Amino acid sequence: MYRYDQYDQQIVDERVAQYRDQTQRFLAGDISEEEFLPLRLQNGLYVQRLAPMLRIAVPYGLLSSNQLRKLAHISRKYDKGYVHFTTRQNIQLNWPQLEEVPDILAELASVEMHAIQTSGNCIRNTTTDQYAGVAIDEIEDPRPWCEIIRQWSTLHPEFAFLPRKFKIAVCGSEQDRAAFLLHDIGIQLVTNDQGETGFQVFVGGGLGRTPVIASLIRDFLPKQHLLTYLDAILRIYNRYGNRDNKYKARIKILVKAWTPEVFAERVEAEWAHLKGGPATLTEQEIDRVKGFFTLPDYQAVDNDSASTELQRLASDNKAFSRWLDRNTKPQKQAGYRSVSLSLKPAGVAPGDVTDRQLEVIADLADQFSFGELRSTHNQNIVLTDVLVTELYELWTAAKAAGLATPNIGTINDMICCPGGDYCSLANAKSIPVAEAIQRKFDDLDYVYDLGDLELNISGCMNACGHHHIGHIGILGVDKKGEEWYQIQIGGSASKNAALAKVLGPSLSRDAVTDSIEKLLDVYVENRQEEETFLATYQRIGIDKFKERVYGATA
Amino acid sequence: MAQLLKDTQIIDDQWIRVPADAEVFPAGDILVHYNDWQTHQDELNQHQGAVGVWFDGNEEIEAFAESLVSLPLIAINFPKFVDGRGFSAARLLRERYGFKGELRAVGQIIRDQLFLLQRCGFNAFQFEDNIDLDQAVKSLTDFSDSYQVAVDQPQPLFKRR
Ligand code: HEM
Ligand code: SF4
Repeated sequence: MYRYDQYDQQIVDERVAQYRDQTQRFLAGDISEEEFLPLRLQNGLYVQRLAPMLRIAVPYGLLSSNQLRKLAHISRKYDKGYVHFTTRQNIQLNWPQLEEVPDILAELASVEMHAIQTSGNCIRNTTTDQYAGVAIDEIEDPRPWCEIIRQWSTLHPEFAFLPRKFKIAVCGSEQDRAAFLLHDIGIQLVTNDQGETGFQVFVGGGLGRTPVIASLIRDFLPKQHLLTYLDAILRIYNRYGNRDNKYKARIKILVKAWTPEVFAERVEAEWAHLKGGPATLTEQEIDRVKGFFTLPDYQAVDNDSASTELQRLASDNKAFSRWLDRNTKPQKQAGYRSVSLSLKPAGVAPGDVTDRQLEVIADLADQFSFGELRSTHNQNIVLTDVLVTELYELWTAAKAAGLATPNIGTINDMICCPGGDYCSLANAKSIPVAEAIQRKFDDLDYVYDLGDLELNISGCMNACGHHHIGHIGILGVDKKGEEWYQIQIGGSASKNAALAKVLGPSLSRDAVTDSIEKLLDVYVENRQEEETFLATYQRIGIDKFKERVYGATA
Repeated sequence: MAQLLKDTQIIDDQWIRVPADAEVFPAGDILVHYNDWQTHQDELNQHQGAVGVWFDGNEEIEAFAESLVSLPLIAINFPKFVDGRGFSAARLLRERYGFKGELRAVGQIIRDQLFLLQRCGFNAFQFEDNIDLDQAVKSLTDFSDSYQVAVDQPQPLFKRR
């Protein structure tokens, strides 16, 4: 993984010093609330319903075991002994003290971490595929490009006060696992006929109140031009994005208003001035950054005997076999698999982990995955590069720590925002809905039979829980001061991204799980062969689902 | 006389900023709104004293930037400190139009923006509020280096590390 040199370290250290001084001046009354707001946001600090919330950046989801131990320590010393993994691969502390945030940031800096630009109207953490470097369908490892973008975006002098937040995701594979078409900029790595690396550039995706799938504005951007082209997009957005109405301030609104064609022309015109300028990437820099993402020392494994042995263990042990099935995935290196540690056992807020679990995960990473791990946009943890011969041992250890719930990709692996339990913007609670669903669908054979199913829950239309792109989406709404829920179906975050459609009038919390069950019944009755819920919906349409939930006349 | 930061020094402001839509101009060195500068060209050409121009950061500066490059002073106004358009306008003036005179940030800027403002090409800073400039000047050097190309450092860090 990327390691800081003296420059990176100095920038992060000086950022801590700057924010410490700002916090002191704020507490002394020398900075007003209004002026302090963007300063604290750009250092990750929100003020929430119950307490401040600190969002820590996990650049493109990559963490070392050491960093995880530091996070465990921080959560114990400054918080309540747990952290929350977000849908943008970051980590949140729910109960830090404003006064102590500079100390937390200093602790983070000591392990090459920070909270720079994790909120506020600026360029946020760049996200990517949790299987970067090992994915079978990979075109090129996206992480060096994410790191190059991280450095370019960190304290960018021109773009610290954008009209609204700005999120970039990079997809390096055939299949998308980063929801990159739902980002302000989505970058797809491609190779041209000459075998050269470049990028397809999409802009104007996003969720929130107005969900939009990004539009392609450049089919092939040669790799050395990445940063000048990004500068051009951001400059156009910074200058022309709407600043009067925050609900119309995201780049997606500008792209829609101008049309993607016109937007693309404006970017090209701006880029003509920047193209080939000093920010043009050099081979040397690209190689320098790529040098940090080398492959670990894989052992040669006798794949056949290893899989025979695995099959033997699996046939003896149903629980292991289920976990193997759902929570592990082949990777391009023979003899190794990637393992998902589920952060969604029933009864725990999706994405929450305790300090002790963080330490266990750090130990597991050291023992089984070369000391590295990844956070995922589905709010789980992935250990890559696990020898197949060590899977059983890893499973045993993960299970003991409550990290081996075999539900990855199932209905119980839901994405869920903090909702009304924590968030002051919420219309309704979301965590109890997630829990009710997990409790209702606790029959594993049934859940496995349902197959891959993405269920996403947001407590309000800000859509932090990605309800628009769930195969089933649940949205908290306010109905005369009461908490109600709207159900949507048919969304998808894949390359064929689709936005879910509203099923019908909103429901009370009691009715949610039963209605989900009805949707699943319709699916099971109508599916053909191996069809997923989404595929069945796409084939038969919304009506049958609607009728089952609301009755024929609704 | 009002004070401001210029090239890291605290100095007395010798310029008089004239609000927009002016009909008459005071004597001395004056900073006039771009529209007034346009409408009163002849009169301002006769002006005893220096003339500078100010405008809001959201202006479509491509329309007029070239006509301003020989002025001694251009000021970009920040109607709100969170309105980042002035950062782009400053870079364009410096990098695309080659403006070499004093580039002043005025309006609702805050001390904690100084480092970024100077990176974008501002070399003078005038605060609306009466803040302690001796303290504020420290924020100009919050960081000793940066990743990106900007006016203060035309080579990216990756070519220098
Ligand atoms: C608890 C405090 C939180 C607050 C107050 C909050 C607030 C918001 C708001 C206002 C938006 C809409 C922004 C817009 O449309 O411009 C938003 C979007 C979003 N939030 Fe949160 N959020 C919170 C927590 C989270 C968490 C924990 C996650 C991850 C699980 C998250 C992930 C997202 C994502 C992915 C979006 C959508 C971005 C997009 O529109 O493209 N948020 N949030
Ligand atoms: S979706 Fe709404 S309720 Fe949920 S975290 Fe975001 S702002 Fe809060």
